[in-house]
Amino acid sequence: MTTTQRLRALALYKELHRLGRDYDPSYDFHGKLRKLYEKNRNLKDETEIDRTLAFGEYIKNETLALYSLRKYRHLKRMYPPTSTDR
Amino acid sequence: MRPSAVRLLNILVPVKRAVDYAVKIRVNPEQTGIDLNVKHSMNPFDEIAVEEAVRIRERLKDAVKSIKVVTIGPPKSSETLRTALAMGADSAIHVEIPESAPSPEPLGVAKALKAIIERQSEGVDVVIMGKQAIDDDAGQTGQMLAGLMGWAQATFASKVDVDAAQKVAHVTREIDGGLEELRCRLPLVVTTDLRLNEPRYASLPNIMKAKKKPLEKLTPADLGIDFTPRLETIKVTEPPKRVGGGKVENVDQLLAKLKEAGITARRA
Repeated sequence: MTTTQRLRALALYKELHRLGRDYDPSYDFHGKLRKLYEKNRNLKDETEIDRTLAFGEYIKNETLALYSLRKYRHLKRMYPPTSTDR
Repeated sequence: MRPSAVRLLNILVPVKRAVDYAVKIRVNPEQTGIDLNVKHSMNPFDEIAVEEAVRIRERLKDAVKSIKVVTIGPPKSSETLRTALAMGADSAIHVEIPESAPSPEPLGVAKALKAIIERQSEGVDVVIMGKQAIDDDAGQTGQMLAGLMGWAQATFASKVDVDAAQKVAHVTREIDGGLEELRCRLPLVVTTDLRLNEPRYASLPNIMKAKKKPLEKLTPADLGIDFTPRLETIKVTEPPKRVGGGKVENVDQLLAKLKEAGITARRA
């Protein structure tokens, strides 16, 4: 694992950990995050590491999208468009 | 010949630390307000306002000189300012009021914002703020500020297009029955509606960088503003609990229940 990959992995972990705070408590986000990182701790092949990190970034974007959607839907319900024509 | 200098825009974004959108609101035991011992975060409409300011800069590039965010609130409100700085604002102003003080009213906020605008040596061209706060739903501050300053206002904006060279903005507003397009001369107050944009997530590196951005602290006395409330809330109660529906066995029972409710048939 190169230094850049190591830094990427660490930054991703911190970012995902912070995101996990707002996740639905019934799903153990932090636990799953840790398990996945531990499962992949001994990877040697650089392309494989890149692929796993890309998967991690994908999870991060998915979680962000979920949060945005949850907030937007909630606000849309609370503040519906007033007109009935639209 | 030197080309005439393009007027550089200064954008001010007032934000509010309000009760978080996901919190279930409860009336406090004294029945004078809501329980405030809950999670707070930036008012979602103000997030949209910060996002719009950042997007205006992304579109106009160097024509935007500065994006300042301001909040009026207890010490904890500086976290809200940090989030706004992490989203892309340049500097922040925190008008600090004591933790125990009541929440400022819209007129007080508007007067304070007027005082802050007048303090800015380079002036303010556009004020972008949320249309209302999700905890009090007053929806008055933007309009009051425009009135106090004698500025144009474009409220419930769902699209904002600023032309820095012409000192004009084209704003599409959401109104009952559809959309309204306005051409407004700067300086201008814009209040944001939900459908204006999708706020960005403040990533961890940006939050760290935001700690280094300038944050000016002021007191109400510095502005010469008195935030004493002019309204007294006498009582706050929950709406009556929704009574569950009941099932009826047959048409006769239905008619009996309708009669009970006072709905009777009428000859046409």
